[in-house]
Amino acid sequence: MRITQGTFSYLPDLTDEEITLQIGYALGQGWPCSVEFTDDPHPRNAYWDMWGLPMFDLADPAGVLYEINECRKAYPSHYVRLNAYDARYGRQTTALSFIVQRPPAEPGFRLDRQETSDRRIRYTLHSYAADRPEGERYGAER
Amino acid sequence: MTERPGFGMRANGSADRTGSPADTSPSAGEPLPPDARVDLAKERADSHVDDVLTALDAELVGLAPVKTRIREIAALLLVDRVRARFGIDSGRPNLHMCFTGSPGTGKTSVAVRLAELLHRLGYIRRGHLVSVTRDDLVGQYVGHTAPKTKEVLKRAMGGVLFIDEAYYLYRAENERDYGQEAIEILLQVMENQRDDLVVVLAGYKDRMDSFFASNPGMSSRIAHHIDFPDYEPDELEAIGHMMMRREGYALAAEAEPVFRDYLDRRRARPRFANARSVRNAIERARLRHANRLLDRPGEVGRADLTTLHPEDFLASRVFG
Repeated sequence: MRITQGTFSYLPDLTDEEITLQIGYALGQGWPCSVEFTDDPHPRNAYWDMWGLPMFDLADPAGVLYEINECRKAYPSHYVRLNAYDARYGRQTTALSFIVQRPPAEPGFRLDRQETSDRRIRYTLHSYAADRPEGERYGAER
Repeated sequence: MTERPGFGMRANGSADRTGSPADTSPSAGEPLPPDARVDLAKERADSHVDDVLTALDAELVGLAPVKTRIREIAALLLVDRVRARFGIDSGRPNLHMCFTGSPGTGKTSVAVRLAELLHRLGYIRRGHLVSVTRDDLVGQYVGHTAPKTKEVLKRAMGGVLFIDEAYYLYRAENERDYGQEAIEILLQVMENQRDDLVVVLAGYKDRMDSFFASNPGMSSRIAHHIDFPDYEPDELEAIGHMMMRREGYALAAEAEPVFRDYLDRRRARPRFANARSVRNAIERARLRHANRLLDRPGEVGRADLTTLHPEDFLASRVFG
């Protein structure tokens, strides 16, 4: 099951040229970019691991793309996403965030139903991949 | 803050900061047929390269060999662009450079103009100049250098990286110096990411020569070694006049020979730094000029405020 998170996630995966254009747009708006990765892409998992520090003072997308490629090399079958942060007073939030790499196979999520009191049902999303230990979830690596 | 944030749903009313005047190249699309003719003069006008070259001529005095080389580079890039339109693939020329010359001969000024020129010709994407020295590249402990150097390189991508006094990167007397690591990363990027940035090394001639002697890899990756000659006396004078004009001063007629004499004496002294020394001389003359005006009671006019007199220069130490 293909995970849809962030901008552009219903589109086919972006090529490097398209990613470069998006980074160029973010930098043009004055948003510093950062790269993050995870192998636990649960929708409620907001805390992905940071790949280095956010990149300030960059003028050109080539530097950001370089870090994306370094991260892809180190974690070939993790999810990798790019965040662009708008630091303007009054906004101060992630302005753009999209996935730039996903594992080759995505097993998806199971819906768990828990019966509680008074015949109420609680629902939980359970990632099949998260059953395995961290680092081994989407095929062997590292 | 009065402006409401737009949350990315529309263009936030912010000025377009990405604006790049270089995107005039009509290279996209089909290659031209082999028998097509291209008007080079029009191509040249389209790239607005002449604005930069004219500014280079007008604002920098002398430096004939430097200007010639920059014109050659501009011509090469222009012709390459036309060749690309015919579908001839000539590979990207190597434009890493080394500027050698005495202090104050305009190495940094030329680098700024060069960045602008390469941007207009579409060789680099942004045209900004990142000026660094050893401090910005070399770390202080093990493992500190690589991230620091990469950080600087990333910042310079799409533009020109200007490394001032580059010979300090290599310290022959200390083989465990981290400078070597910075040089290796630099070499790797200069070779592999030639599309992304242009590296310009700058420094004094003799010390750059010994730097290259101990780093042959660096020397061979730099195609253009440009030597900045020292200024002749009349060039220095022209520079001085230009600086004074820019700051709204003028020399009194009787001060002209004194200024010339001052420059001659200053040139003969040690640690003469060409244009930089001229600038300092003018700064000091301004101080004395202001002091002279205040010491004299009475009213002053526009001419008094803008004219430098011989005594403003004669008080200098070089006449001692």
